[in-house]
Amino acid sequence: MAVTRGFHGRRAADPSRVPPGQYVTRDFPVLSAGPTPYPQLDTWEFTIRGAVDKPVSWSWTDFQALPREQFTVDIHCVTKWTKLDVTWSGVSLDTLLAAVPTEAPYAVAFSDGGYTTNIPLADLRRGKAWIVDEYDGRPLDPEHGGPARLLVPHLYFWKSAKWIRGLDLRTADQPGFWEMFGYHNYGDPWKEQRYYGD
Amino acid sequence: MERAALLRRLTWQTGTVIATTVETPRVKTIALAVPDWPGHRAGQHVDVRLTAPDGYQTQRSYSIASAPGDDYLSLTVERLDDGEVSPYLVDELRGGDELEFRGPVGGHFVWDEEFGGPLFLVGGGSGLVPLRSMLRHHRAIGSQVPVRVLCSARSLESLIYREELMKRAADDLIDVSITLTREAPSSWRGYRGRIDPALLSTAGWAAAEEPLTYVCGPTAFVETAAAGLVALGYDAGRIRTERFGGTGV
Repeated sequence: MAVTRGFHGRRAADPSRVPPGQYVTRDFPVLSAGPTPYPQLDTWEFTIRGAVDKPVSWSWTDFQALPREQFTVDIHCVTKWTKLDVTWSGVSLDTLLAAVPTEAPYAVAFSDGGYTTNIPLADLRRGKAWIVDEYDGRPLDPEHGGPARLLVPHLYFWKSAKWIRGLDLRTADQPGFWEMFGYHNYGDPWKEQRYYGD
Repeated sequence: MERAALLRRLTWQTGTVIATTVETPRVKTIALAVPDWPGHRAGQHVDVRLTAPDGYQTQRSYSIASAPGDDYLSLTVERLDDGEVSPYLVDELRGGDELEFRGPVGGHFVWDEEFGGPLFLVGGGSGLVPLRSMLRHHRAIGSQVPVRVLCSARSLESLIYREELMKRAADDLIDVSITLTREAPSSWRGYRGRIDPALLSTAGWAAAEEPLTYVCGPTAFVETAAAGLVALGYDAGRIRTERFGGTGV
């Protein structure tokens, strides 16, 4: 390991909560590949489709009627920032997936604006993922993915697709937008899986 | 998409600092000699890793300021007063030092000649860095794609690459517009104030020309610019954005 001359650095407040190579920020930086979309709520739908017997869609009104959870988690962005104790509210993917029997092992999340990201379906089950529409007690801002985004806090934040419109369930894995550009296919921050081959 | 070409494991490399150039009182460009640089595309970035004597390491991403064909790999870094890495890079790093990094990273905010144009490059503060790589690449390959550039800076003194931009503006294919948001000399003949749809419309292309647009800068700047362009009728699918923290608009 080559020491950088003259560098001392700061130390993470709590290494058990800050993955390797990450630093803690109090801001909530925004990273998006294109303009922020502003979908109309009256035509918004969340759809689970693909390797299922029958696709299922929820309108915004349907979605709002589902059981909600409020929870606080840490989020880790591949661009190196980590934000601790972020409070969200939304619907567990367990609730949504319960309506759609499937044997498919993979999912591709798809969003307004054309963004996609792939996640093993097991990572979306058992209390590990949500569709959130509130951040810090308020409706999620469009620039942070509102009206609703995926939240998969145990993976790097690019997996938590903004402006989500649904899941395409698949029998075979299909790399999404950043995964096609050389980012890691799975993205575990604790294993520092930032890029292909990490 | 040529996924196979992109899927190369990124290993840590060491570059030697050849020179540092003061761009503004807060911004420096660091030129690195890199023995086995695999090359990059205009607009990509690298991850820099610093290591303290006790083994502590930290990483940050920086856009590449040089063109793929330039002799050295250049990074332009804005000093963030409360930062951990940028004050080191701007204040402490000097010629002869070694710097560890890996890359290039990113395959979306890039411009290749085959993407064509016309190009509209919109940069706020240090958001000009990846756009400078594109402009240099454009010249190096003798591209005939027409380019319009819109730069936003707080003041003339805080505008990075000032002389280079002025020189490039002499090129028939390249128009450079500059807006100063905080202070402008009384003799200033460019634009004043923050970007808005009127300025984007004046400095950019008509939507009917189907421009390919790259917007880079702080979040609020990028949000304003991208939303303004969409409102002017630009195809959202041809607007590529990159946002980062920092100020300087």
